[in-house]
Parts: sequence; C-alpha cells; structure tokens
Amino acid sequence: MIQLFDAVFNGISTGAVLLLAALGLAIVFGLMGVINLAHGELMMLGAYTTYVVQNVSKSAGGIWFESYIFIAIIAAFLVAALVGFILEKGVIRYLYGRPLETLLATWGVSLILQQFVRSVSWILVIGICLFALLFWGAWWLISRRSDFERIKKLVLGIMFPLSVGISIATAFWLGQTYKLAVTKPWFGAQGVDVTAPKWLRGGVDLSGFQLPYARLFIIALTIICVIGIYLFLQRTTWGLKIRAVTQNRSMSASLGIPTQKVDALTFALGSGLAGIAGCAISLLGSVGPNTGQNYVIDTFMVVVVGGVGKLVGSIVAAIAIGTANYIIGSNTLGTLVGGVEPLAGIFKFFATTSMAKVLVFALIIAFLQVKPGGIFPQKGRTVDA
Amino acid sequence: MASNLSRRKFLIYGSAGLGTSILLKACTTPPSTTDNTSPTTSGSPAASGSPSGSPVASGDAIKVGILHSLSGTMAISEKSVVDAEQLAIEEINAAGGVLGKQIVAVVEDGASSAPTFAEKAKKLIDQDKVATVFGCWTSLSRKAVLPVFEGKKHMLWYPVQYEGQECSNNVFYTGAAPNQQIEPAVDWLLANKGKEFFLVGSDYVFPKTANTIIKAQLAAKGGKVVGEDYIPLGNTEVNPIITKIKAALPNGGVIFNTLNGDSNVAFFKQLQGAGITPDKYPIMSVSVAEEEVKAIGPEYLKGHYAAWNYFQTVDTPANKTFVENFKKKYGADRVTNDPMEAAYIMVYLWKQAVEKAKTTELEAVRKAAIGQTFDAPEGKVTMDSNHHISKFVRIGEVEENGLFKVVYASKDAVKPVPWNQYVAETKGYACDWSDAKKGGKYKV
Repeated sequence: MIQLFDAVFNGISTGAVLLLAALGLAIVFGLMGVINLAHGELMMLGAYTTYVVQNVSKSAGGIWFESYIFIAIIAAFLVAALVGFILEKGVIRYLYGRPLETLLATWGVSLILQQFVRSVSWILVIGICLFALLFWGAWWLISRRSDFERIKKLVLGIMFPLSVGISIATAFWLGQTYKLAVTKPWFGAQGVDVTAPKWLRGGVDLSGFQLPYARLFIIALTIICVIGIYLFLQRTTWGLKIRAVTQNRSMSASLGIPTQKVDALTFALGSGLAGIAGCAISLLGSVGPNTGQNYVIDTFMVVVVGGVGKLVGSIVAAIAIGTANYIIGSNTLGTLVGGVEPLAGIFKFFATTSMAKVLVFALIIAFLQVKPGGIFPQKGRTVDA
Repeated sequence: MASNLSRRKFLIYGSAGLGTSILLKACTTPPSTTDNTSPTTSGSPAASGSPSGSPVASGDAIKVGILHSLSGTMAISEKSVVDAEQLAIEEINAAGGVLGKQIVAVVEDGASSAPTFAEKAKKLIDQDKVATVFGCWTSLSRKAVLPVFEGKKHMLWYPVQYEGQECSNNVFYTGAAPNQQIEPAVDWLLANKGKEFFLVGSDYVFPKTANTIIKAQLAAKGGKVVGEDYIPLGNTEVNPIITKIKAALPNGGVIFNTLNGDSNVAFFKQLQGAGITPDKYPIMSVSVAEEEVKAIGPEYLKGHYAAWNYFQTVDTPANKTFVENFKKKYGADRVTNDPMEAAYIMVYLWKQAVEKAKTTELEAVRKAAIGQTFDAPEGKVTMDSNHHISKFVRIGEVEENGLFKVVYASKDAVKPVPWNQYVAETKGYACDWSDAKKGGKYKV
C-alpha cells in the first residue's frame, strides 16, 4: 500500500515538474505554433532571478528570507515575460509562419542567453548600455533629418564602428581602472546556489515515507498555474482574443482584434510561465547556464505526446511521462511481479535512470505510431486550417 | 501563423526541433576562447597575450596549452581549475618565468564534449606548437585525448582524482589515484560509519571503474554493496534513486557518491527533502569539493563527507599563501579546492622539470619530471616514476560555512598505485617509466 502511494506521489511530483516546465511551451508552441528552443533558457533566467531575489532577501534577513520564494516567483515571471516580449518583438515577429527559421533563430537566442549569464559583468553591461545609447541615440537624432533616407547607409557605416569602438574602449578603460570590481562576472560559469527557505527543506513524515515540502510546493504551484491559465484563457477578454486568434487569425483581424498585440502578449505569457518553472526547478536542481537544456527536450516531448494545441493533453502527458519514468526507474514493477522470471529480470534491466529514459522514449515513439496526433488530437476544421 | 500550419506539420517541425537540439547539444563547438572574452581572465597578462593565430616570439616566450571545459555541464568545475593554472603561470612569470622566458597560455574550450577535447588537443599541438598541455577533468575527456597525446608523443598534465587503471608515458597525473582517495575513504567508512554501501554515480567511465574497485575492496574487507545506480550527466530527476536507496537501506547506511557536475546539486537537494539525513545516511563524495559545496548550498550538505588530498582549511604555510594569492586575484568570495590545488602543483612541477632539463624538449622534460618534489599547499609531494604523485589523504566533513573540517588525515604522503590491487585483472601489476624495460604495465 505504502509502495503504491509512494509510486503515485512520486509519479505526480515528477510529472508536476515536467508540466510546469511544459506549460509555457504548450502555449507558445501549442497555441501559437512557434517552436521556441530558447524556452529552456527562459527557465534558466527565472532560476537566476530566484538566485538574485534570494541574495537580496538574505541580506534583509528574517521573515524576508523565509518568504523570498513568493517574491521570486513573481519576479521570475516578470523577468522572463519581459525577455520573452523583447524576443517576440525583436525576432519572432518576423518569422511567423516560417517554423524552420524560428527554430534556428531561437536556438541562436538560447546560446546567446547561456553565454550572457556566464560572462555578464559590470563592464559588459556598461559596454552594452553605452553602445545602445550611442548607436540608437544617434540613430534617433539623425532619423529626424529630412534627408535621412539618403544618408542612412553612410550613418550606419560610421555610427556602428564608432559606437562599438567607444564602448569597447570605455569597457577596457574601466577594466584597467577598477579591475576586479567591474570585471568579475556576476554569476560566472559555475552554477550558483539557490537555497530554499527553511520551511521548504525537509518533508512531512508518513511512517517511513517522507513527502518533501519542495515537491508538495511545486505540485501546488503547478495546480495554481494550470487553474490560472485556464481562467485566463476562458474567462478574460484577452483570453478570448487569444483563442480567437489561434483559431482563425484573418477572421479575428477583420473583426478588429489587434493580432500583433495578442501575439506579443501570448508569447510573453508563455515565457513568464517558463520563468515560474525556472523558479520551481531551482528548488530541486542546479542553477547554472545549462539548466534550461536539461529540460527543453522533455518539455517538447510532453507537448507533442499530449497533442499540440491542447492544454489538457499536456497535463495528462506530463503526469503519464513522469509516472512512467519513475515507476520504471525505481524498479517498482520489478518488486510488484516479485520473483517471476523472466519478467522481473527485464524490469530490473530497465531500472536504472539511463535505461528508464531509453524505455520511456521507446514507449513514446510506439505511442506516436498509433496516435500521431498525441493523446488529445485537435479535431474539426482547425486541424488543417 | 498558427492557423496556416497544420497539426501534422507541427509534429514534423517539433520532432525536427527535438532532433536538432539533441544533435546540436552533442556537437556544439562554441568559438575558441583563446582571446579570453571572459572578464575574469582578461586582466591577467598571462592570458591576454595570445590569440591563436598570432605568432608568439619564441625567443622570449614559451607557449603552453590549457584545455578545459569552459562551457557545458562540466564548466561548473573546470573553470576554476583554469583559474588556478593561470594563477600559477602568473606567479611563475612574475618571478622571472621559465629558463628566462615568459609562459604564455593558450586557452581552449573542450565544451564538456569528448570529441571536442580531442580536436582541441590536436589544434594545440599542431597549430599552436605548445610545450605541454594542462587539461581535462572527466575521464571521458582524458580517454578521448589520450590517443592524440600518445600518437604525437606529446605531454598532458592531468589535475583531477581519477579511477586509475591507466599509466601513460605521455600523461602526468597530479590528482589522486584510487589508493590515495577512494580506498582510504572506503576503509574509513568501514571503520566508522557502517558496512552496507549504496553506490551512486554519473553514467560514464570514472564512476563505473571507481565502483568496480569499491566493490572488490568491500568484498575483500567484509562490507556489502546493497545497490548501485547511475544518472546520465546533467540529469536532475533523482526520485527513482531515492526510492531505491530507501528500499535497499531501510535502517540507514553509507551512500558512496561518485556523481559529477550538476547532478550533485539535484541529488543533495532532493535527498534532504526525502528525509535522507547525514545521521542515518552519511554520504561520502569524491567529486564534491569547496566549489561544488558553494554551488549546491552548504545547508544541503552539512554533515556529509568528502575525501580529498587537499581542503582549503588545510593548515600549511604554502596553503596560506596559495589561498591568499588566489583570493587576491579572483575575489574574496572565491574558494580553493583539491583539483585546483593539483592544477597549481602541476604547473610548478612542469616548470621545475623544464628547468632541470634546461629545455622544453619533451623527452628531456619527461625524464626530468620524475623525482621532482614541490612544497605544495597540501604538503610536500613527489613525482613518482609511474607519473603519478605522492599525496596526503584527507577526509573532511562539510561545515555550515561551506568549508571542510578535516576529520582524518594521513600522517605521510601516500605513494600512488595506478594499477588497482583489489581488482583481479590488474592485481600484481605496476608501472615504472624510469626503466625502459618495465614501462606502463609490468608484473611485479
């Protein structure tokens, strides 16, 4: 009995992590059709935001440290949503309807974000800000001249190297003058330490079986996020607009729905959810530049198995994959069949973390052969629209 | 636009996305970091001077290669080893260099991927014509570059404790062999903590070989292995392992941890949540040092153990200077650890060997290296004829501040034994490169 409860709880908690990570993707990939390979890096940004909030609240001490996680969730959502918004406005907007390009562009963005957190330091930030100020400032000033179109290329040719040069020179000078104080990376290539507040460490003891608080917290957070998304999509005007645009973009546009705004909002929402997921996984695992990569494949798997475009599919798929992973990996099946050979032997063979993953992948491929549309395929006219 | 794209296309592109990301993850080769865009190193004169293409005046400089992962899952550990190596180079340069020449480091990024390591090793040897290479962390990367160094008869200095069972003429190992870390740790656990062991490791060569040794040793000394599991590098889902630990050790027992990299963080964070605490389940780690403790969070590790040759808290004059200089160069909040110390040692040992040989010519340096002693932060170490160094063995307990309290230390430096004496296949073998007839593996 205890074992069964154990399996169910651990399956759900593994699934909850997957679901939380996949929720944002289910919106971005499922509703918008954007394959966002930078999703993992948005999670990573959420995790780093948690780290920053933790450090600030640690110095405040006391009750602030004990409750920092709530502030971190909101901050992670906002930071990731902001980055997602910029990403949509700066890159993805130009690539709608061209999935292959989106794929490559977002992959590039993910590499940039990874390297950014590795090497971000004061001189880098100051350099980038200075460049942006000089270049875009000059651009803005000159663009008001009437003959701007004529001299555009010339301006670009002069201003770009000039701004780059000034920024690098300033950064170099700062590095020489202030040395370590400005050249030291904020985070560095090493992972950073996110420590859960005291009440999230340890767990509820149920005679020999312990439910970790962090897991319970993540399950609760996942439920809240799912309900929140459901209410947002079903009960609010913006949710209605998002659903309308998803179903038929041109008709929505002709009815006066600002589709570009809706796109940006949807993408920011999905990214924000990735930020929350990042905050949650920082309670369980490492926070480093590579954090996101460990999750991005699993999240795509969840969305594809669940059925693209269906939130409920992602929920069921996440729980199913999580449970399968746990039950196979922990050899629960092996103990259930007892000593019945060769069944027990087979289960034992797959009962290591690596082999469990292989088996789950194989099962997913087999499943997609039977139901290529996922658990809940879209039906009706929207399918091929 | 969503409405222009059918569900089937989503699936195709989606799986293409998955495929590409797996593929790219496996073989991304971020641009070489020779020019040191990383701000930590840009201030150091040793590193900033040599972008790979530019010719270095061979008259007043000696080029050496530094080959570690600066990106990928191993960057967490290897970055600080690079820092230690550059500190040593800087100190040597400040003191006048080697043979009157300044050392110039060419830094390459192995990107946590074995093929990249091999490729970059070739580049360092063929294009940069370095005098020696300091590098690698995982055994996987060492095994990948080994054919390169043996084929080109070049020289690699390897700073990390490893599983042994190797003794190459082209490698100098300044980390611990199993008899200088793993075996004493198992002995100590048997004497102080219990006889039932659960082995957890990352899914690659070092943990697997190390666990083979541990199993053989336990069988010989009356201990028992109740379970064993491996996590792929970078994986963070450890729930199944926790369940297996609890099933195998219902009343507590020893967990021997050979996990590497990020997985450690997930492992310790989730163990604490599941109620696996050091009083009942002491964990002995062999890849968790001060750097990792800092990244995992001391709150999760307090009371657990690690076996190393060096801790930041070791009380020697040489260590005091080492820690002081390191903090001065990289910031007061940085810590030093065992692989960093081994990396620091090896740069000095190489320097001494070159000075003794009076040339950077490889064969002469190889010969001169044997017998070199160095007053290292951990104590006085000697390069043995089997290309490993004698080291002090220490076991530390993690304290609240993230540093280790040394609970056991060997009286003398322990001589290295690369071929393991517990494992049947290598029992009775030894290695001696000072004698041409004996070589890498001979029967005693």
